Amino acid sequence: MAWQSLDIQRRSATTTPMPGARQGNEVAKLIDISQCIGCKACQVACMEWNDLRSAVGACTGVYDNPLDLDSNAWTVMRFTEMENNGRLEWLIRKDGCMHCQDPGCLKACPAPGAIVQYTNGIVEFHQEHCIGCGYCVTGCPFNIPRLSEKDHKAYKCSLCSDRVAVGQSPACVKTCPTGALHFGSKEAMKDHADHRIADLKSRGFQNAGLYDPPGVGGTHVMYVLQHADHPEWYSGLPQDPKISPWIGIWKGLAKPLAIGTMAAISLASLFHYIIKGPNAISKETEKEVEDETRS
Amino acid sequence: MRRDPNDLDRYTAGERVIHWTVGISFILAGLSGLVLFHPAFWPFTLLFGSSTWTRILHPYFGMLMALAFLLMTVWFWRLNRMSRVDWQWLGRIGEMVNGDDQNMPEQGKYNGGQKLLFWLLLIGTLLLLFSGIALWRAWFHFPVDQVRFAAVVHSAVAAVMIGLIMVHVYASIWVKGTIRAMWYGTVTRAWARQHHRAWYRQITGLGNGQPR
Repeated sequence: MAWQSLDIQRRSATTTPMPGARQGNEVAKLIDISQCIGCKACQVACMEWNDLRSAVGACTGVYDNPLDLDSNAWTVMRFTEMENNGRLEWLIRKDGCMHCQDPGCLKACPAPGAIVQYTNGIVEFHQEHCIGCGYCVTGCPFNIPRLSEKDHKAYKCSLCSDRVAVGQSPACVKTCPTGALHFGSKEAMKDHADHRIADLKSRGFQNAGLYDPPGVGGTHVMYVLQHADHPEWYSGLPQDPKISPWIGIWKGLAKPLAIGTMAAISLASLFHYIIKGPNAISKETEKEVEDETRS
Repeated sequence: MRRDPNDLDRYTAGERVIHWTVGISFILAGLSGLVLFHPAFWPFTLLFGSSTWTRILHPYFGMLMALAFLLMTVWFWRLNRMSRVDWQWLGRIGEMVNGDDQNMPEQGKYNGGQKLLFWLLLIGTLLLLFSGIALWRAWFHFPVDQVRFAAVVHSAVAAVMIGLIMVHVYASIWVKGTIRAMWYGTVTRAWARQHHRAWYRQITGLGNGQPR
């Protein structure tokens, strides 16, 4: 991309540095769960702007619709009803890509340039470079990317990078009728979250807090949670998400170790041949065998 | 076609075909798998049509290899049972590598190194097969924790297997007169007596003299 607003800071399966002269401003989307009414306007806006139409599903007795993310549903409202101190609480979490600062999908992706992270922090899939292996699904600590059944490419929320590039907010934020969704610089979003958290605490939500998990370097989609001490109450939001250590070994130590071993064996073989020479049958043995065979 | 009436039959046509099937599918699975392992091997995508074709084909190459290797196991496992002499041979492999193989313990159709390689490759093939199925998202859906673990197993075992095969291939290049057995199934009597004396004696009834 030739847009300064879409300068790339990380690129999948690329071992050399990205152009880094220009510094981008980190952006973030803030999802204030305490102000969400579960209207799903954000889902509709996402479908509209990105031209996505999921197959019509069936009612299974819960509010979630569609039931899960898929290649055509990049954001889904997940509804949880729970009783807390004798009060009914309806915890509605807008699920979708968290745009990790340290993205597990990008780390796992073997296709150069199929996943990029812009300097503003947005993690984007470039499906034209995607080979459909699903390693991004394996790498993601939030279970977000989905392989399309139709084209076998991986899809997820782009944080409307095309809109953000020209100074617009993501479609979901633009359409949210209650002000539960906010978009701006990451700093501004943290400031706004502080006000919301103070307000929630004054209303009796002592454990209200911001969800910006440090295990993945922070995220560019953050939640204000009424119960930040129990993120798992919100449809299994992970307590302390991290890129799995297995992914770390697979994409870290294993690579130089394997290549080094293969290179060492090839070179050792070559030099063994040069130093020791071929293992050939001596003339004497040949002669002996000839005599033996004749007798 | 027999070039020399004194040559010894080492492999039947069927044995040669199955070995080549394993070999070719191993190379195809290896080259396509390396693409998925490290971007340094990305140019290998050109061999398979495109990067996406590389991803599509890799598991099928692997399945072919596993199938062919398991077939080869049925064929060859009896010949690869390890005996005490094989372990003695392995214990003195340093002499062999040093190019001083005159005093090595007498070996049958296969030496201890070949037998050990066979079993290691069998274990490796099974590990690659099972971990590969977990990674094969086109057909299978496993819990993500298992897929992550399988990815580490798959790449580590594959790297070890490639290393073992490099040694296997080099050994056949180093020991002159070996590769022809893979091509047309025969070896010279001198080759057999030098490297597999027990086998030589068994099929010719000759060569009871002391090894030089």
